[in-house]
Amino acid sequence: MKVLVSVKRVVDYNVRIQVKGDGSGVQTEGVKHSMNPFDEIAVEQAIRMKEAGTASEVIAVTIGDDKAVETLRTALAFGCDKAIHVKVDEAVEPPTAAAVFAKLAEAEGPDVFLMGKQAIDDDSNQTGQMTSARLGWPQATFASTIEIADGKATVAREVDEGLETIEVDLPAVITTDLRLNEPRYLKLPDIMKAKRKPVDTKSLDDLGVTPKAGLTVTKTAPPPEREAGIMVKSTDELISALKDKGLL
Amino acid sequence: MASVLLIAQHLGGELNNSTSKAMACAKDIGDVTVAVFAESGQSVADAAATLDGATKVVLVDRAENAEPLAAILAPQIVKLAQDLGVSHVIGPNTTFGKDLMPRVAALLDSVMVTDIMAVEAPYTFQRPIYAGNAVVTVEAPQDGILVGSARTASFKSVGEQAACPVEAVSVDAELPSHTRFVKREGAGGDRPDLQAAPKVVSGGRGVGSEENFEIIYRMADKIGAGVGASRAAVDSGFCPNDMQVGQTGKVIAPELYMCFGISGAIQHLAGIKDAGCIVAVNKDEEASIFEVADIGLVGDLFEVIPELESKL
Ligand SMILES: Cc1cc2nc3c(=O)[nH]c(=O)nc-3n(C[C@H](O)[C@H](O)[C@H](O)COP(=O)(O)OP(=O)(O)OC[C@H]3O[C@@H](n4cnc5c(N)ncnc54)[C@H](O)[C@@H]3O)c2cc1C
Ligand SMILES: Cc1cc2nc3c(=O)[nH]c(=O)nc-3n(C[C@H](O)[C@H](O)[C@H](O)COP(=O)(O)OP(=O)(O)OC[C@H]3O[C@@H](n4cnc5c(N)ncnc54)[C@H](O)[C@@H]3O)c2cc1C
Repeated sequence: MKVLVSVKRVVDYNVRIQVKGDGSGVQTEGVKHSMNPFDEIAVEQAIRMKEAGTASEVIAVTIGDDKAVETLRTALAFGCDKAIHVKVDEAVEPPTAAAVFAKLAEAEGPDVFLMGKQAIDDDSNQTGQMTSARLGWPQATFASTIEIADGKATVAREVDEGLETIEVDLPAVITTDLRLNEPRYLKLPDIMKAKRKPVDTKSLDDLGVTPKAGLTVTKTAPPPEREAGIMVKSTDELISALKDKGLL
Repeated sequence: MASVLLIAQHLGGELNNSTSKAMACAKDIGDVTVAVFAESGQSVADAAATLDGATKVVLVDRAENAEPLAAILAPQIVKLAQDLGVSHVIGPNTTFGKDLMPRVAALLDSVMVTDIMAVEAPYTFQRPIYAGNAVVTVEAPQDGILVGSARTASFKSVGEQAACPVEAVSVDAELPSHTRFVKREGAGGDRPDLQAAPKVVSGGRGVGSEENFEIIYRMADKIGAGVGASRAAVDSGFCPNDMQVGQTGKVIAPELYMCFGISGAIQHLAGIKDAGCIVAVNKDEEASIFEVADIGLVGDLFEVIPELESKL
């Protein structure tokens, strides 16, 4: 079985982002970037499927500028067999990303396409669902466990009400939630080995995808500030402060 | 004028309150028709008809709609939106809407605005990025049907109105057979729903264990609150996943949020930015939760909670 996994390069989750003074966006230059944490979980899942003998080949894919190759190298260090870099100079929005992923899926013919449930920069939570819709495939989003057998995937999904289990026919898109697994630490020899693995570069033209007109960001602002709070010294003070606010 | 198809969320014959909040967003955009997809959804449709802002409710009863599966609902929503000629399709940004709405957008070959915080104009919205650490104003293209999801923490439930008409319709859409519902396991219980509760008490890694988490439930019950948790508490097995609050859990807006043994990571704060009053109890005075708390108390939660219990 073949597995495709998408990996996006994003500002590291530990970075406290700053909005640019002129409201034109978020300061992303000179800050630490890493693989989107949900994609790390997706890669880990793919590699575990390979180690368990369920998957025979794992291909990592990304859409981004030249720096996105670093993220592919990380995926290769996890144990992916090869990687595809769809090179774009400007960030693409989910409908275009989904169009690209659908083309790659048609070309590669995976049984499972693993993706993160959301990228922690734009928090759109769209790309996986859009990719599966374009392909006419089933989707299993927010996966917390995945079992694969007999051409089907049984997926427990993290939903507001608890856990929901669905069964989908393969091929399918599965998006990962936090508790699916804990990604491993990468070892130096694996990182070195990853440097020699193949990365195929493609353009949107090669794939026949024209970026779709999407959302225009007209302003970026810091969130509204909360008023400064107070510190209390005892539970009595806490209770009276809450009573003052009419909350108790 | 813009016209909106609002997708109702419901379970077990009851309309979910997120629908009312999404209505508040939808009616800022234009005239609203509510769509109820169910196996037999009359009671849900009747409840939706009294949501202030609804001009009509369309009820699509069909055996396949027994469970809210995105792959089954999306083609029907697309057909209905096209039949009605609406300009927008809106749903709540709950896991139901997050799963469903992007699929609808893709089938419409349209774009989607996730997590709408405010409607500036029918095609201009505010939405959070980077776990709510920045807010962008976005303009959407005006051709095609625009899809969006409403950030429930940003909108207040709408009031009631005299019921608008409910119309049963059939939607002629071919449905896939590749996706099947197996089961749903909820933590359930009698406590108020985390996403709707006016008061929420939550616990983090500092609580220490599943047994110790009892103290959080007791505190919550004392003040009639819903119960939440940090990711660390859920990952450590102290409590179930549906209690996680934050960027990747639930985004909530209670009037009172009391957190015990939570450090205040940005991913957690993303879930509580709209809370009315944040109370933090942490034994580390340097904890970053105190930077955002309205009322902070440095102390051991195992001493503070019993004291509060006896004084309240
Ligand atoms: C010039 C320009 C400026 C922009 N500025 C902003 C801005 O300021 N604010 C804003 O909100 N949006 C902006 N956008 C849009 C933004 O780039 C897209 O929303 C984003 O690329 C996709 O959204 P997401 O990552 O949140 O997708 P999600 O749907 O959240 O991603 C889910 C999953 O899809 C996969 N995936 C998605 N994209 C990629 C990729 N490129 N490579 C590999 N895997 C991927 C990953 O597995 C990821 O986990 C801008 C776009 C352009 C063209
Ligand atoms: C992609 C991604 C998404 C994430 N999404 C979320 C999310 O949605 N929600 C979320 O919560 N986190 C999320 N996280 C995790 C987040 O970064 C933090 O790791 C997590 O919130 C920490 O939980 P905590 O505050 O309970 O634990 P800790 O940071 O370990 O803090 C425990 C606190 O308890 C205090 N304490 C200990 N004992 C006591 C005592 N007896 N009395 C009083 N105080 C005590 C300590 O001083 C400490 O401040 C995410 C992380 C990533 C990478």
